[in-house]
Amino acid sequence: MGTLWFWIVALMLTGYVILDGFDLGVGIIYLFVARTESERAQALRTIGPVWDGNEVWLLAAGGTLFFAFPLLYASAFSGFYLPLMMVLWLLILRGVSIELRGHSPDALWRSFFDGLFTFSSVLLTIFFGAALGNVIRGVPIGADNYFFLSLWTNWRTGPNPGILDWYTVLGGVIALSALSLHGALYLAMKTEGHLERRALHFARRIWIATVALTLIGLPATVLARPASLNNYKGHPVAFLAPLAVILSVVIMRVTMGIRSRLPSFLASCAYLGSMMIGAATGLFPVLLPAVGTQGQDLTIARAISGPHTLRVGLAWWCVGMSLAVMYFCVVYWLFRGKVPTDAEGYGH
Amino acid sequence: MGLALLIVVLKTIALRSTDLEKQAKYDEAARFWAKIFAINFLLGVVTGIPMEFQFGTNWSEFSRRTGGVIGMPLAMEGIFSFFLESAFLGLFLFGERRLSRRFHWLSAVLVFVGSWISGFFIIVTNAWMQHPVGYRLLPNGVYEVSSFTQLLLNPWAWLEYTHNMCAAVVTASFVMAAVGALYILQRRQGPYGHIFLKLGVYAGIVSSVLQVFPTGDLHGKYMAKNQPTAIAAMEGLFHTEKGAGMIVMGQPNYESQTIDNPFRVNKVLSFLIYGTTSAEVEGLDHFPRDQWPSTLPLLFYSYHIMVGLGTWFGLIMAIAAFYLWRGKLDSARWILWCLLLSWPLPYIATTAGWMTAEIGRQPWLVFGLIRTSTGSSIHVSAGNSLFTLLGFLGMYTVLSLLWIILVYNHVQQGPETPTPATHPQSLTA
Repeated sequence: MGTLWFWIVALMLTGYVILDGFDLGVGIIYLFVARTESERAQALRTIGPVWDGNEVWLLAAGGTLFFAFPLLYASAFSGFYLPLMMVLWLLILRGVSIELRGHSPDALWRSFFDGLFTFSSVLLTIFFGAALGNVIRGVPIGADNYFFLSLWTNWRTGPNPGILDWYTVLGGVIALSALSLHGALYLAMKTEGHLERRALHFARRIWIATVALTLIGLPATVLARPASLNNYKGHPVAFLAPLAVILSVVIMRVTMGIRSRLPSFLASCAYLGSMMIGAATGLFPVLLPAVGTQGQDLTIARAISGPHTLRVGLAWWCVGMSLAVMYFCVVYWLFRGKVPTDAEGYGH
Repeated sequence: MGLALLIVVLKTIALRSTDLEKQAKYDEAARFWAKIFAINFLLGVVTGIPMEFQFGTNWSEFSRRTGGVIGMPLAMEGIFSFFLESAFLGLFLFGERRLSRRFHWLSAVLVFVGSWISGFFIIVTNAWMQHPVGYRLLPNGVYEVSSFTQLLLNPWAWLEYTHNMCAAVVTASFVMAAVGALYILQRRQGPYGHIFLKLGVYAGIVSSVLQVFPTGDLHGKYMAKNQPTAIAAMEGLFHTEKGAGMIVMGQPNYESQTIDNPFRVNKVLSFLIYGTTSAEVEGLDHFPRDQWPSTLPLLFYSYHIMVGLGTWFGLIMAIAAFYLWRGKLDSARWILWCLLLSWPLPYIATTAGWMTAEIGRQPWLVFGLIRTSTGSSIHVSAGNSLFTLLGFLGMYTVLSLLWIILVYNHVQQGPETPTPATHPQSLTA
């Protein structure tokens, strides 16, 4: 049962990364790729009806984590106190900038929210990447199962790490590069004209950086937490995940040349998905590894909720998520295709 | 949440009408309120996300021990309601030209359903903290759900939910009636002043009455049975009394344990709780000091503000409804002025109501199980909490100002002159 919930939470987080990933990505490249007012409005219209639903994946994953692994939720959320609060502030600023921009025709008002949108998207992406880096590297869990991390210490992994060290910063940079690529491919798929061409051009360039960073990231992970390899050694079938990473990166590049924009975007989804699955495989059955000598890893067995809670939870989770996936299919189907260039303002 | 219901009403009238002009009018009215709904929804979403995270960040001990219970309704809220709400709000706001009339109406209904489901699950969570049921303590000191049905059918949850949803409708009705009154007083926006005023007053009278009776009344009685300390403190009843009176106004004096300058109505409290004027009501002296709600005067005032405003809502809406029925409301300027000036009051009353519930539960985090002082995060220092509290304070101040400016501008601009909506004939229907 614990294993099942581990993968359910991992799956929901992966869903979040893929879905909210592209609208974060659009935010990162927005200032640079969309130059005129009509291009900016066009770029915002590609994510307008969906960004908020994408963000719900984070909330739903958080809620599921809360009731399936209360100890992990309590320990991690209080331990990452300051960075989480900053993430919350950035989420607020980002939501506000997307929705309120269109409420005044004033150029100054709009350029303020444009800047805020890119600023918050960039920082959020770096934070999420660094957060994932922290989870993979491990944190100094104490005997009471809690910890509290400073934002930085000596920038090194080891017994006394900070939220930011060379490894987690690398995680942030990888996330920034991968999601801007993801966003660029999405934008190219949903728009036409100059905007499409510029997004595609950007995607071609950032692809190189993403490949390079991914290649650095894999050995760096082994260096930061050698135990990540245990599952791979024990079950060679797990090597399918890194294989899928490489395969999807290649397909992504090849399909950028063809007429249809969908395949390269899907390849980017597959890339993000297999990165996440690969990371989860490296962790399992640990939820949050401990560094230092005081405490133990937070494992599935130690953090899992009571048996009755989990059984009931599974029943409604299946029903609820099937419904949710259905809504997403309806919405994405209805807003399929490129966004029109001539429509008046951003929905308001 | 209340506004979602009123938008559904407007869309339904538009959909059922065969008169093209009326259709266009009500569709535009719905569009006008949908924009305000969108602003509110956005601010609700971005300020709501922190709430879910704060269980873990600031109340980690509480989360660790009760996650197996309250994590469940919280996760269900995300999965059953937020997905529904956000997906169909996107369709509702952006899809009017892509969808058929019927499907656009349906998306409004689903946004409404989503937001009301969300309210339910969050209140199930709160109700469990007020009145824990259907749980069991595991050997490692954490709680888990022992009965899912008991958790969802917690009587406290249903009383609190209906009371709260009425409050939501009251708020939306007052805002809508106020905008209608404004347009009529200013003699502008043509037919919309009447449409808003009429819907606001009708929804307002129904919800204001339901707010007091039966939801408020039953909630109070149930509370008297299960949280007698809270009732005693809310009413300012320091000493156990037979035929206890109700204090309409006064200032609780903690030191002398009396009410200063009381304005008392004899025997009413006994009657309200037990149905007879002679029943004995337990005062605070009946309970050990360490179980008294910690900030007593604040609780007393919150409760009295809520009740006082609730009475005002019923009164003004009843008068307005009477004039509306007689067809004289448009010329009764003093009522229109009252409605216009009353729009902020339901926000205050709702806040006061929540303060009553939350302070009344003190000193408990989960009533009778976990004390508030033992629930917080062990390693988060006070300095860190203050830092983030100030951050949120600043952020929310800016958001409130933005909200006021945007809604004000939108109301000033008003609905557009009706033009028949261009729906494709059959895309989905």
